[in-house]
Amino acid sequence: MNQRTVLYDTHAAANAKIVDFAGWDMPIHYGSQLEEHHAVRRDAGMFDVSHMLSIDLIGADALPFLRRLLANDCAKLTLPGKALYSCMLRPDGGVIDDLIVYFFTPTRYRIVVNAGTADKDWTWMQKQAADFDVELKQRRDLAMIAIQGPNARAKFWAAFPASRSTCQGFAAFQAVEWNEWLVARTGYTGEDGFEIALPNSLAAGAWQALQAAGVAPCGLGARDTLRLEAGMNLYGQDMDENVSPHESGLAWTVDTKDTRRDFIGRAALTTPVRQLVGLLLIDPGVLRSHQHVFTAKGEGETTSGSFSPTLNRSIALARVPVGVAVGDEVEVEIRDKRLKAKVAKPPFVRNGKSLLEEN
Amino acid sequence: MNVPANLKYAKSHEWIKQEADGSLTIGISDHAQEALGDIVFLELPEAGRIVKGGEECAVVESVKAASDIYAPVSGEIIAVNSAVIEAPESVNQDAYAAWLFKIKPSNPVEYAALLDAAAYTKVAESE
Repeated sequence: MNQRTVLYDTHAAANAKIVDFAGWDMPIHYGSQLEEHHAVRRDAGMFDVSHMLSIDLIGADALPFLRRLLANDCAKLTLPGKALYSCMLRPDGGVIDDLIVYFFTPTRYRIVVNAGTADKDWTWMQKQAADFDVELKQRRDLAMIAIQGPNARAKFWAAFPASRSTCQGFAAFQAVEWNEWLVARTGYTGEDGFEIALPNSLAAGAWQALQAAGVAPCGLGARDTLRLEAGMNLYGQDMDENVSPHESGLAWTVDTKDTRRDFIGRAALTTPVRQLVGLLLIDPGVLRSHQHVFTAKGEGETTSGSFSPTLNRSIALARVPVGVAVGDEVEVEIRDKRLKAKVAKPPFVRNGKSLLEEN
Repeated sequence: MNVPANLKYAKSHEWIKQEADGSLTIGISDHAQEALGDIVFLELPEAGRIVKGGEECAVVESVKAASDIYAPVSGEIIAVNSAVIEAPESVNQDAYAAWLFKIKPSNPVEYAALLDAAAYTKVAESE
């Protein structure tokens, strides 16, 4: 029996199409994935992301623990509420998960991890925590809703007028605590907006209030096309335990500036031979994951591919040999045919607009 | 479920309409378009191609996934609907108006073996 979020009944009542996602019954769409995608690019949409796991980290060694555990350096978090994206690596440099850390004080943080990796992440963190004066606490008592789009924040304030004085005037990748809620200006769509964590008991009411304020319920289908357009990786698809962050377009998240910081996986990071790039399909068709890519420098593989509703053409992320450059023409094998594609630098879309030079 | 009684169906979710001249018009069922979700791309066979019953001869791609379309009977592809290639969403809007291709059948026995609306409804409901 799959797990369900506290909003499951709300989704079912709205006739959402429910699918299995990492052992959770989640809405893939509420009618049209395309319309939900456009709602986020043009106005405001919301996603139930309560299947992701919040973990609170408390203790005198919280910062030293995170500086050991994560490839990005939490020492750079000094402003309360500031968020940081990081990979958690194996000793051999493979990616256990990608996650977000929120800083409150040097002895109190929150970590949000993917649903499909939550169990192994928890086990791994517990094991590493043994050497530190820290306590980890799972927060399955919290629901999470991502409200995304150019009008997302305004509609959030309209739904919760009392939040406005607290929940405005802070920058992207910053969060505030409002009553029992955490309101973060983060997301996975390439649009402005909030991701909120709130008590399970308040989730259905908040969802309804947001819908009444004109925020469209959106399923995980639109979430996937939005994040792909935004050039954001999906764990398990674009990277996993068999690849390093440097071969996954995530070198920017690995902070080696402090040469004394011995984070797990650091010693194993070597010069990469592959890289993650974007692809734009030139010929008609739709790119999907695990298609062969032929380049002048050797073969590669698409890791995520879809039709881009904003660009009205197909895009992909692909892992190809180092040396393949933006603008190169490559071939992708689709159903025994080789179709032409062009290498591009993700993101493809940000804040509702195409970033392709030719447009 | 919208399953018109005047059409025949294949287990693989194509609908088949017999025209006055004996040719067959083929599309995908309303159930199939619903399951696929927003359709964004179609690859249709070339006119003149000879196909066998059950042979893959077209592809419908939704935002989610690619799905093969099979020739429900053997014969020659005699027409292809280029309008749906230009407007793939028309298959979602009206699956029974947005035909994909026409076949001139070579073996009438195959047509007789196709499912009627009641039998197809059972197939679709059992999925």
